Amino acid sequence: MSNIYMLELSTGCDNVIEMQDIWKTYADGNHALRGVSVRIDRNEFVYLVGPSGAGKSTFMKLIYREEVPTKGQISVNGFNIGKLKQRKIPFVRRNIGVIFQDFRLLPKLTAYENIAFAMEVIEAPRRIIKRRTMEVLELVGLRGKHASLPAQLSGGEQQRIAIARAIVNNPAVIVADEPTGNLDPETSWGIMNLLEEINFRGTTIVMATHNREIVNRLRKRVIAIENGIIARDEARGEYGYEI
Amino acid sequence: MVMKFSTILRHLREGVKNVVRNGWMSFASISSIGISLFILGVFMLLAMNVNNLASQIESQVQIRVFLQLNTEQAKIEQLNNTIGNMPEVSKVKFVSKEEGLEMLRTNLGEDGNELLEGYDNTNNPLPDSFTVEVVDPQTIAFVAKKISAINEAEGEQPISSVKYGQGTVETLFKVTTAVRNIGLVIVAGLAITAMFLISNTIKITILARRREIGIMKLVGATNNFIRWPFFIEGALIGLLGSLVTVALLLFGYSQLVQVSQVELGLMMIKLVTVEESGLLVAALLIGMGTAIGIWGSTISVRKYLKV
Repeated sequence: MSNIYMLELSTGCDNVIEMQDIWKTYADGNHALRGVSVRIDRNEFVYLVGPSGAGKSTFMKLIYREEVPTKGQISVNGFNIGKLKQRKIPFVRRNIGVIFQDFRLLPKLTAYENIAFAMEVIEAPRRIIKRRTMEVLELVGLRGKHASLPAQLSGGEQQRIAIARAIVNNPAVIVADEPTGNLDPETSWGIMNLLEEINFRGTTIVMATHNREIVNRLRKRVIAIENGIIARDEARGEYGYEI
Repeated sequence: MVMKFSTILRHLREGVKNVVRNGWMSFASISSIGISLFILGVFMLLAMNVNNLASQIESQVQIRVFLQLNTEQAKIEQLNNTIGNMPEVSKVKFVSKEEGLEMLRTNLGEDGNELLEGYDNTNNPLPDSFTVEVVDPQTIAFVAKKISAINEAEGEQPISSVKYGQGTVETLFKVTTAVRNIGLVIVAGLAITAMFLISNTIKITILARRREIGIMKLVGATNNFIRWPFFIEGALIGLLGSLVTVALLLFGYSQLVQVSQVELGLMMIKLVTVEESGLLVAALLIGMGTAIGIWGSTISVRKYLKV
């Protein structure tokens, strides 16, 4: 895999994500996070668990800079993104792959075009875009569906395309917000295998989930957020909540 | 930041593709531009014709300069030169008293026979005169005054009176000016309405795509990267809408000119030809359509870029 088009932002440091005493208070006065400090290293796979509204989504949004902390420091890939200029945000996002529960594919673009778009954004040459896009389509097992529109694909297939888009630029981190939330159990396991494979190849993964079975069977580091603080952080943790 | 050539090509390609991908939305925008500009175009042609008609009527006003009876031939020639050399004057024609009588007979027709009976070249009561046409009809009163002023310079006062339909001409000019201004106001009003209508339609089509813009930002697209294809898409939609309109409008108008030639010709009305009006109308409509297309899409995208 060529890394020439990876961004200038990549640094060699071990801690991919570091938060120091992060507070996030929304305009309505809701304290989503209240003093969170955490460090996530290169190549880690982290589950983010906790009740709805506990602050998981805010935690994720801070990483890909959709939200800025009210107080505290956050660095991703060695960059202090709390103080990032508006103009620089796109360049930070190119080194973070984001996956959502609702896939968020561009509805009028084919599977191939959706993935290629992420590479067009970094102005990669067409030849390389083509090679790399087919490569990741192969990796997610959908080479044969490159010309299909999102609406013509099943939920699992759409999520695979979204994952392919997230990894196409070789990001250091993948942030996945309930990637299996809309999928049946069997399809969910397929997605998990894929994420594990990507993690195995060297990408840090932070995944928010409510899926107890996955967390308990595929043991990884578990960070539990409750009421805006980290309630638990275990190296090979369990889901720990009754449904 | 300098854009790569391949990126410029990419934006052009995406802009064109977007028009096709958003088929119905593009169709709605193109129709909205087409219909608005068509109405505007119809009124532009109407205003041009009204203006043309007003000019035709105005150009018919002329000054009659009546001389004293028995003015010498040399004096007449001198006056002819003096008036003809005025820069505001486009044409001077000498009308001898014989010609004057003849014209009067023709103008009065049957009724005049009785009235003018007994008059011939020996007892002709009419004076010699000049018919003067001016370059700009609006200056007619000024030129008439200037001609009257010749008398002051000359000792013997060769001019008996200068007439140009005082009062009537002023009213005529008031009417034509008003008609022109009303036409201009209507066209300007329609142009503004068209702009809002079109930019609104474009805004709605982009509103449907704000989610798309959000996703683009999420994968790290810069604002410029997102903006360019929309810019090209807007320009293309404006261009397509206005081209179709101009083609329809000018074709329809050329047919109208042809059909109406005979009937309006009898009333001495001549429509502005397509050759005379086509270029201006086409340039204005196409320019406006394209500009609005770009404006509408750029403004709307900017709103959703602040994520």
